[in-house]
Amino acid sequence: MATGNGLWRLALPLALAQALFFVAPLLLLLATSFATDENLRDWGLRGWRDALGDAFHIQSVLNTMRLGALTVLATALLAVPLALVHMAAGPTLRRIILMAAVLPLLTSVVVRTFAWIVILGREGVINATLLGAGVITAPVALLQTEHGLILALTQIEMPLMLLPLLAALARIDPALLDASASLGGSLARTLWKVVLPMAMPGLIAGATLVFASASTAFISQGVIGGGRLNYLPALVWQQAMVVFDWPLAAALALTLMASVLMVAGALSLLGSRVRHA
Amino acid sequence: MHRYTGSDRLLVLLIVALAGIGFLILVGPVLVVLVTSFTSSRALRFPPPGLTLQWYRDLFDPVRSSQIHVAAGNSLLVAALTAIVATSLATAAALAIARTRAGWARFAEGGFMAPLVLPGIAFGLAALMFFSWLRLPPSLALLVAGHAMIAAPFALRTVGAAAAGLDPALEESSAALGAGPWRTFRRVTLPLIMPGVAAGAFLAFVSSLDNVPVSLFLASAQTDMLPIRLWGMMETALDVRVAAASGVLVAVAFILLLVMDRAVGLARRMSG
Repeated sequence: MATGNGLWRLALPLALAQALFFVAPLLLLLATSFATDENLRDWGLRGWRDALGDAFHIQSVLNTMRLGALTVLATALLAVPLALVHMAAGPTLRRIILMAAVLPLLTSVVVRTFAWIVILGREGVINATLLGAGVITAPVALLQTEHGLILALTQIEMPLMLLPLLAALARIDPALLDASASLGGSLARTLWKVVLPMAMPGLIAGATLVFASASTAFISQGVIGGGRLNYLPALVWQQAMVVFDWPLAAALALTLMASVLMVAGALSLLGSRVRHA
Repeated sequence: MHRYTGSDRLLVLLIVALAGIGFLILVGPVLVVLVTSFTSSRALRFPPPGLTLQWYRDLFDPVRSSQIHVAAGNSLLVAALTAIVATSLATAAALAIARTRAGWARFAEGGFMAPLVLPGIAFGLAALMFFSWLRLPPSLALLVAGHAMIAAPFALRTVGAAAAGLDPALEESSAALGAGPWRTFRRVTLPLIMPGVAAGAFLAFVSSLDNVPVSLFLASAQTDMLPIRLWGMMETALDVRVAAASGVLVAVAFILLLVMDRAVGLARRMSG
């Protein structure tokens, strides 16, 4: 094995592959957004003007960010209790929760999206249950609504929130919890003062992954959200593959990327603030 | 935990209730897909009015489902190649990063992980622009190149965790006993980090098999990929064969999960 100063050579193949197949394409994407056509013969701001000067596109940016944020909140609301139960549970229940967290991650996004068509449809699980229980008298529309899409994305993205949380909570020393309880701390106080700060890195890592994934979930957004809700990934795809306006597609893709990176940056800043607080 | 007061008990109840809903939401849809794949109805009614194997027969029919079979074959081939390429590159890089405290290693690790956070759609479009700028026609090799970029971080993480626990003394003694670098790697290092490498290869394979954003732009009529084909079947007239295909994918994922978890503790590695 290479030792000492020669070590960097082992990292070279991956670095070169990434430079060629990841960084170079992204630089070309940036260049294309400043071109007037896909052949990069002339330069101009037409792509960016079309992307950011259009109320419909701005609304789509906002819709996409909102979708990402609401999915983060929904996954956190369910994943934090699930992680707490995992922490307090015995080995069997722990294993079951861990498997439940990993299994959806291994079943294709297409399969998970399809499941929600069956669940949210007019004759689907939710409508059948509510009709049967007499809560509603006619099927309610859940497909092609934002609620339905967020509910579906909550399952589709939950493993990305749950796994980092489980990892973070696994580092808590049980003695710490006992100490807090025996010092007279109520459960709420123990959770707030002891568990939450320890869970924070996992929560922030999870929020970053869920936000990035939910805001770029092209198939789920399109199939469950449908044509009435407009999100950036569908616009990027239409402009690139149907309209063939590559400068506009590039500018929209970069807008999506910048929005996600800004949120990821803000979350990581929050993370370091919490650590030093 | 200890004696609960009244408000504590209420809080425990709330946590358990939310956890229960979370568990149901995680697992329920997978079960719904399995049941639906046996439906005798052409509409996606739940619960199904009757049970039949018709959709599985249709799915495995070599004539009627030939396009799905071609797409599945392409997807499996690309996923296997992606796993090999991404895991090889990531293993070498992980060994380098694990053994040094130098500043470049931290920087490189951050860079290598970047594809995990960048929106896949933006990278997929960038890859399409790049390859058409190079005048390369669509091919499975380009799909492997694109998928490997997304898959490498998964392998880097699991191999990195395994390599971090490696005792340098073992490699040093192997070298002191006269083994060359390659022999030391083959006989000492690789066996020790093998669980991490296997878990990484598995995750890379799954991430490629499931990839939508890159395939969306790089796949073509000749290089059709399974998720893209299934998406097409869901978008147009809803084809119940999607349910059968989903049933097969769920079964495969479940078997792989059990096998990999027994072999290398996959679930634990993914949460660590």
